[in-house]
Amino acid sequence: MMQEIILQNLPALLLAVPMLGAFATPLIGRAGGGARNLWTVAVMLATLAIAIVLTAQVLSSGTVVYTFGAGAADLTVPADSGGIPVRIIFTVDAMGAFMTLSASIVGLGVMLYSLSSASRSTGQNGYYALLLLLVVGILGMVCTGDMFNFFVFLEINSLAGAALVAYRVDKGVAVEGGLKYAVLSTLGGLLVLFAIALLYGQYDALNIAVLASRIQFTPLDQIALVMLLVALAMKAGAVPMHFWTPDAYSMAPSAITALLVVASQASLYGVFRVVFTLYGLTLNYVTIGWIIIILGVLSMFVGVTMAIPQKDVKRLMAYHAVSQTGYMLLGVGVGLAVLGNPQLLDSYGVIAMEGGIFHIINHAMYKGLLFLTAGAIFYRTGTRNLNQLGGLGHSMKWTMVFFIIGALAIAGIPPFNGFASKLMIYESVFLFNPLLAIIAMVVSILTLASFVKVFHSIFMGPRLPEYAEVREAPTPMLIGMGLLSLLVVLFGIFPQEVVDILITPAASALIDQGGYIASVLGGA
Amino acid sequence: MLDTYTLQTGTGFWDPVVWIVVFLVAFLIALAIWLLGEKDYRRGTQQVKPFLSGNVEPEKADVHMRAGNLYWGFTEAMKGYYSRLVPLHTGVLNDYVLWFLGVMALVFVIVGVAA
Repeated sequence: MMQEIILQNLPALLLAVPMLGAFATPLIGRAGGGARNLWTVAVMLATLAIAIVLTAQVLSSGTVVYTFGAGAADLTVPADSGGIPVRIIFTVDAMGAFMTLSASIVGLGVMLYSLSSASRSTGQNGYYALLLLLVVGILGMVCTGDMFNFFVFLEINSLAGAALVAYRVDKGVAVEGGLKYAVLSTLGGLLVLFAIALLYGQYDALNIAVLASRIQFTPLDQIALVMLLVALAMKAGAVPMHFWTPDAYSMAPSAITALLVVASQASLYGVFRVVFTLYGLTLNYVTIGWIIIILGVLSMFVGVTMAIPQKDVKRLMAYHAVSQTGYMLLGVGVGLAVLGNPQLLDSYGVIAMEGGIFHIINHAMYKGLLFLTAGAIFYRTGTRNLNQLGGLGHSMKWTMVFFIIGALAIAGIPPFNGFASKLMIYESVFLFNPLLAIIAMVVSILTLASFVKVFHSIFMGPRLPEYAEVREAPTPMLIGMGLLSLLVVLFGIFPQEVVDILITPAASALIDQGGYIASVLGGA
Repeated sequence: MLDTYTLQTGTGFWDPVVWIVVFLVAFLIALAIWLLGEKDYRRGTQQVKPFLSGNVEPEKADVHMRAGNLYWGFTEAMKGYYSRLVPLHTGVLNDYVLWFLGVMALVFVIVGVAA
């Protein structure tokens, strides 16, 4: 009976569990740090378990639709509502399920890592509460089938993220990073809200499926599209709207930075959901596809070239995060650019999209891992300055191994996961436009060069006197890094399994606008 | 069975298992060559101390190549590019907002013209 109730309410539980966990954390924290830590890890484990079961359900039975407040979860359109689904509906298709899985895995790694990394700081009850709220924001964005609800979760995501960036204060520098993130997120959020108002004003609906079934691509729709596209691309850190990312990513606690990468990917998901599901073939897909491709190429190249001269390891990694986002934009942008041409879509468009989507989860794993290794180094040495570091390979061997795995993965070196997704992008994009593929490959080479520098600066060289007492990172931090490293390796060795099970269904779900609409409106 | 592990990329394929096997074979060959090498190496003896033509060995901290010294040639060669790109990253929030609004205005124009 209990099992049945859980299975019928998985989308609600996916949000309710971390939300309850967040608000109960300060209360449980009064019983002691151990109880709170146990509670937060248990909550994150439960969230991951729900995400896994929900993903399995979506992959086996198709899109899961959950109507809040209805007599039955699949009662999307009440009889007396005039055909409009008036309630909040979660629509979890394979793309949404894929994102929940990615976010929950990184969330667990981050939670385990935080047990040590945040242990010296004050205000841990608030820290863990905000961390879980950030998870709620991300999961809500990727599960909801309602535009206004999407905006609400975007705001939860932004507010929790900004608070966590400023968490360590750090003589005001972290607060400055948090403030920048908060101001830009608020501006972006307001534009998203305005765009939603434009759509609501025209179509009397907030549900994505209903809007998608009615949208005409009127001038007002075009204005709404641009607002949604640019605001979400800014939140994803696309160049030239990326300026906040090094400021925020470098000043946030490292565990939080790893999760901020996933938070940015939730906005990237928003871009894809808007262009493919909300607008679909009504929009000028070639133009919008090329806009996304250009944003992607700029992000790739500017991100990596700005990373190379950096001296702060986290700022360097932040620029690489911008650069890697470019690959996702490029892959999915190519898919969008040929969306209206079934032949080209089959020939390379779908593979390009799959490569871009595969890169999302790969990036979440290896970039999360790299930020965690940077955090472990900061935890032990107290500096992020590459000019001051060196010789840590003698004392932090496991951290070095995890760093190597992450660095090789981000540089697209086989057999790690980054290579698999980049290969899919290179080959498919080459058929679309060879120059774009060449740029993508050059960016990978520069990424490798950049991480060779980081590796040498931190780990190589003789044991330096100032770090003679440095020891290996604490066990919980190693477990967090180990979890992500394991996935980086496994996804690299068995890429086709991941593509078959998770990526192909996600790409198909994104392309299949009709299927999304039918899952909510029942084929209406 | 190998097909199970082969990633299909549309126009090509990638088999990580074969790659790992080849890598391991190459590693074993390299190991065998290494084992055939000099065997009188002794850890912790005078052997491991660097010989610098009789000069005194500098402090360890002085011989470590710091990050700032790496890729100097690259950034120098790209000076023209960096001299334009780096100043754009002002760190001023007003500039961030202007870039954001500027991109939005540009995309408005492009989408409007294309429509």
